[in-house]
Amino acid sequence: MGTEANILEICDIYKQFGGINALNGIKLSIRENEIHAIVGENGAGKSTLIKLITGAITPTSGIIKFEGKEYGKMNPALALDMGITAIYQEFNLIPSMTVAENIFFGCEKMNKFFIDSEGMNEKTTEIFQAMGVDIDPKAQIQTLGIARQQLVEIAKAISKNVKFIIMDEPSAPLTEREIETLHKIVRQLKERHITIIYISHRLEEVFEICDRVSVFRDGCFISTKNVSDTNREQLITDMVGRKIGETYPERGGLKDEVILEVKSIVNQRLNDVSIQLRRGEILGLGGLVGAGRTELVRAIYGADRIFSGEIILHGSPVKIRKPIDALNNGIGLLPEDRKSQGLVMGMGVAGNITLAILKKLSGFFFLEFNKEKELCTKLAEDLSIKIINLESAVKNLSGGNQQKVVLAKILATKCNILIIDEPTRGIDVGAKQEIYKVMRKLADSGKSIIMISSEMSELIGMSDRIIVMCEGKITKEFYPPEYSQEAILNYASL
Amino acid sequence: MNKNIKFNRFISRYAIILVFFLLFLTMSFIAPNFLTVNNITNVLRQVSINGICAVGMTFVLLTGGIDLSVGSIIGVSSVFTALLMLKGFSPLAASLISLLIGTLIGFFNGTIISYIKMPPMIATMGTMTSLRGIAYLITGGTPVFGFNSSYSQLGQGHIGIIPIPVIILGITFAVGIIVLSKTRFSRYIYGVGGNEEVARLSGINVHRVKIIAYSISGFCSALAGLVMLGRVNSGQPRAGESYEMDVITAVVLGGVSLNGGVGKLSHVIYGMLIIGVLTNGMTMMAIDDYVQRVVKGIVLLLAVGFDCYIQNRQQAEVN
Repeated sequence: MGTEANILEICDIYKQFGGINALNGIKLSIRENEIHAIVGENGAGKSTLIKLITGAITPTSGIIKFEGKEYGKMNPALALDMGITAIYQEFNLIPSMTVAENIFFGCEKMNKFFIDSEGMNEKTTEIFQAMGVDIDPKAQIQTLGIARQQLVEIAKAISKNVKFIIMDEPSAPLTEREIETLHKIVRQLKERHITIIYISHRLEEVFEICDRVSVFRDGCFISTKNVSDTNREQLITDMVGRKIGETYPERGGLKDEVILEVKSIVNQRLNDVSIQLRRGEILGLGGLVGAGRTELVRAIYGADRIFSGEIILHGSPVKIRKPIDALNNGIGLLPEDRKSQGLVMGMGVAGNITLAILKKLSGFFFLEFNKEKELCTKLAEDLSIKIINLESAVKNLSGGNQQKVVLAKILATKCNILIIDEPTRGIDVGAKQEIYKVMRKLADSGKSIIMISSEMSELIGMSDRIIVMCEGKITKEFYPPEYSQEAILNYASL
Repeated sequence: MNKNIKFNRFISRYAIILVFFLLFLTMSFIAPNFLTVNNITNVLRQVSINGICAVGMTFVLLTGGIDLSVGSIIGVSSVFTALLMLKGFSPLAASLISLLIGTLIGFFNGTIISYIKMPPMIATMGTMTSLRGIAYLITGGTPVFGFNSSYSQLGQGHIGIIPIPVIILGITFAVGIIVLSKTRFSRYIYGVGGNEEVARLSGINVHRVKIIAYSISGFCSALAGLVMLGRVNSGQPRAGESYEMDVITAVVLGGVSLNGGVGKLSHVIYGMLIIGVLTNGMTMMAIDDYVQRVVKGIVLLLAVGFDCYIQNRQQAEVN
């Protein structure tokens, strides 16, 4: 096996987004006709890598070699021509069209002047028969479940005679049985001499179906190994590495007074989740992207519906159906994405800070601008938000200052429970430190914080307690002495 | 680079005022009798009906919606008031009932747009068509005459030298500007239009805000319908036909973004005046009505094109 030629070689690729290195001089060789797993934590650079290979983005510098030919950059049309395709987590299918129409989309079979629907349906049936699955070519995509849509994507790739397929976490949305089918089909693809890059969070399946595995971390290439020469522990160690940490404020010690209790919450993405939050603590929620952490806090905040379950505040059950209910009960949310959920980008700093408390800042009708100005000036000082004036639109601020404005908005509500989803995503080191200090100060003053963080060191550095989630369930609770990146990752990727 | 951005912002903020004065100057030179007190008053009276609607339309556009039904509400309110007066209602009672009906139509628009999530363009196109039909149905397609002749004061009267429609227009704008700058509700409007999800997560009742915006638009259109009734002194089922075009053009010219969340009602005054001066000037120059339509269409395209261009530029800046 070791003598197989490399179909794809990536040399010294750098990719910068706005001054930040997303990929840092990576190299990667994929052999012809292998199933090559790529694993790594959130933000390791896996998605950027796929987009680079399919030409969706161009590298800042570096070379991509496909079948011996060098390319400074790819573009989507060229990649398709060369037989490279990617199956993303978000499928590229048109929901209202039929299976066959989707498979032949853009290269419809023609019969002189008209589209040859029958021919396309027959060909589609053939492809499915060869794959050993039973899907009606005339069914509309939107009537199919996720697993079947994925199979349609694979069939689409086969119909185009691709030789190289990149699959981005194909097993993530599937049930156990569906995963079995997927694995069977992936092996089939290999028999058809198709090379596969298989990105996965589930380490068992790497050992089950893949030939080799490459580990990425923080935009860097770490290692490539034969799966037969490595094991789960080794992979986790490679994924975590030893990182130079930030400095974090001292932890507050264990608390015992339970302030918020969430009991058996169930919705589309949550499977019987219960947690307790104590007064004055920072509770960290760990897990991989898609584990249900954001869904859990959105459910608590009333932003998403829950099917069943109970929220108990200060010992008595409360009904939270809408965000306003949460705010009235002293629960505030700093959402995951400040641009789409936290801030009205065209609005001024003051307008954003007071958006959730306008009732407190106005009489029957008119706003009390003096009160607003006083409050915002104080918050801006407390959080050292750098602004020219309170009216300037937040879109003109740096990421760090924007994040502080969202934090100010939550603080303005004077809530006792703060839910902070990714406190420091995409902001600079200085602002990070300031936000950490503010969070700790809030906890010390008796407020309780639920923090979601995908940055392992931040999660460990800031949390007084960590709860790990995986696939909509809680898998483990950790106390500080037991914290370790390996242990957390182990429970995050069952 | 930075200077460039600042220049762009300056332009996008004050361009409309500049355009207005340039147009005004040009017309003063080329159109005969344009620059007379009489004619200027005339322009103001001509824009008053569209202008009153533009105030309501601004609320709707700021939430990211659009209201095509304004012209039809003018028609309905106009003929309905006339019919009520013929049935013996006092002018005041008839007017109040029509205002209420206009508001309720807006309420209906807002409800189906917000709760059923119909695209505003289609939802209000539906009400636009049906309401026009209703205006014809209740009048049998013929104008309604013979009501209390004092009603014409509302459209034709003066206080001092200022025509009453212009006073109503002024009051509508003044109230609108105050509501959109000094009240809590203004933040709700700009918040919902700027980013609906952010507004929702901030505990704002997004449905209510949208419904109120459409109700305001309905109210303003009905008010414009009353002025229209006074102006022509008869309830015309065709009244206000295709006015939505001029109203939307004026508001967009005034810098209110079609994407919502951006724009100032005080600038809409200039948008409205540009349309008014353009129409008046062209008429004074005896330019054919068909040509006028072509020109107005082009102005709308330019205004919307400019808005989209600026939006794209700013998107690119952010990324």
